[in-house]
Amino acid sequence: MLAIYKREMLSYFTSPIGYVFMGVFLAVSGFIFSLATLQQGVDSDVGTYFTIMLFVFVVVIPLLTMKSFSEERRSRTEQLLLTSPVSLFGMVFGKFLAAYTMFAITYIASCFNYIALYKFGNPNTGQLVGYSIAILLIGAAFVSVGIFISSLTENQIIAAIGTIAVILIFLLASFLNQYIDVYAIRAVLSWISVYSRFGNFTHGVFDFNAVLYYFSISGVFLFLTVRIYEKRRWE
Amino acid sequence: MQTQMIHIDHLVKRYGSKYAVNDISFTVGEGEIVGFLGPNGAGKSTTMNIITGYLSYTSGTVEVGGLDIIDYAYEVKKMIGYLPEQPPLYNDMTVEDYLNFVYDLKKCTFNRKKHLMEICEVVRIADVYKRVIGHLSKGYRQRVGIAQALVGNPKILILDEPTIGLDPRQIVEVRNLIRTLGLDHTIILSTHILSEVQAVCDRVIIISRGKIVADKRTEDIATAVEGNRRISAKICGPQKEVLQTLRAITGVVSAEAVGQHDADSITYIIESQQGVDIRKPLFSALAKSNYPLIGLEPVGMGLEDVFLSLVDAKEPATKSRRKTVSRRSSTEVKE
Repeated sequence: MLAIYKREMLSYFTSPIGYVFMGVFLAVSGFIFSLATLQQGVDSDVGTYFTIMLFVFVVVIPLLTMKSFSEERRSRTEQLLLTSPVSLFGMVFGKFLAAYTMFAITYIASCFNYIALYKFGNPNTGQLVGYSIAILLIGAAFVSVGIFISSLTENQIIAAIGTIAVILIFLLASFLNQYIDVYAIRAVLSWISVYSRFGNFTHGVFDFNAVLYYFSISGVFLFLTVRIYEKRRWE
Repeated sequence: MQTQMIHIDHLVKRYGSKYAVNDISFTVGEGEIVGFLGPNGAGKSTTMNIITGYLSYTSGTVEVGGLDIIDYAYEVKKMIGYLPEQPPLYNDMTVEDYLNFVYDLKKCTFNRKKHLMEICEVVRIADVYKRVIGHLSKGYRQRVGIAQALVGNPKILILDEPTIGLDPRQIVEVRNLIRTLGLDHTIILSTHILSEVQAVCDRVIIISRGKIVADKRTEDIATAVEGNRRISAKICGPQKEVLQTLRAITGVVSAEAVGQHDADSITYIIESQQGVDIRKPLFSALAKSNYPLIGLEPVGMGLEDVFLSLVDAKEPATKSRRKTVSRRSSTEVKE
């Protein structure tokens, strides 16, 4: 697992993808941050910033995950991984961890934005920490969605578009609620909605329920990725 | 009796209703070099993928080093070095990074630097050690692929068409390399080139349509397929008359013109009965009719000939198929 993790990290920096991801992430987050909080007349509430960031993830997270398994499959290097003494879970988790490390490091780097807040305003530290935890957990969930989808195809572009679609569904599911009358469907939609759970963090509440939910999403998609590989082997 | 390194018993792999491997059984002893021979789609790669644990199988048992490959997947994978048909190389890595990655992946516990350097010496890639794999030539890529299989000093090497796509000099190099490796490894290699098997293998397993049609020592394979002899002759003269003359010679089973390769001579393939040398009567017959014979050479048995004669031995009814295919193969398979 460690070997795969190391190789993945290396490949993010021997190819442009790692730099593109970090660059886009930091540039966009800085831009949105300054619009949402540093303009004249806006307060130091960071809720809007984080909400918009969730939608930025729709675009940047596929950059990290689109090639993780699809490229291995296309270039047949997965044959090496699957015939070495590494468990399927180790393989999937190593890939996940590498993509997630990229995500987390970049997010933490983007926290430099907050220095300005502390200098010129009165941010609520508790709220900031709560948000950050939520963002890191949601990131894990989205990264594992991306990893799962890239294990379904050999084509990076399809993997990226598929990931964008699924993440959008997770984010937007609850918005459909206002148009739907059937209680059962609404219950399902708000259950899968990542966004509706994010709401509590916006109010500064640390929601264990939501934490568990984000963890489960990551777990389920990583588990499904392992199953995909098992199934492919046995078909 | 040698120790059994690989033991396969009634192995079946089915995709839906199609059998990729259909009831294969064989054993490979320690230190043997076994060649898997067969045309594309015969089940060579599938069998290799099963032994290495890349694919599962439908039924049967596969044991490597006495251990079942499903129950002891981890131990078995450590015992095997595998070069798939397409070497599993990451084009964005340097050879150095790549081999270090494989070293970690296989959880080796040798002196890393020394071990990798030794491998580079053996497969002769030390001069490209710092280069990016994507920029290497096909021959080097293949050798990096073999290097990858050697990492961790596995007892068994499984090489899927190790010489495919290489130029003749590289082919000879890789074959020599395999022979050297064969001194202290058990090797299974697949190929569809008969001469390759003859050059490196102790034993040949011929597979056709998912079944084993022959499992013999290399020196026995030639006698096993002793059939009619064929020679190719370049003769000047009008084709129709020459053919008549040729067919009139006693011992000639068939004669056919295969093409005109220079201005005034035509090449013919002449098949004679088993054990009859027609070269002398051929010469006198042509001399008598004053058709100059300007070239004469024996045509080697192509894989397909070997193949079909082995299949024919089991199913005599299909014998008539042989002639049509063998003519084509003689030019294609000869290396």
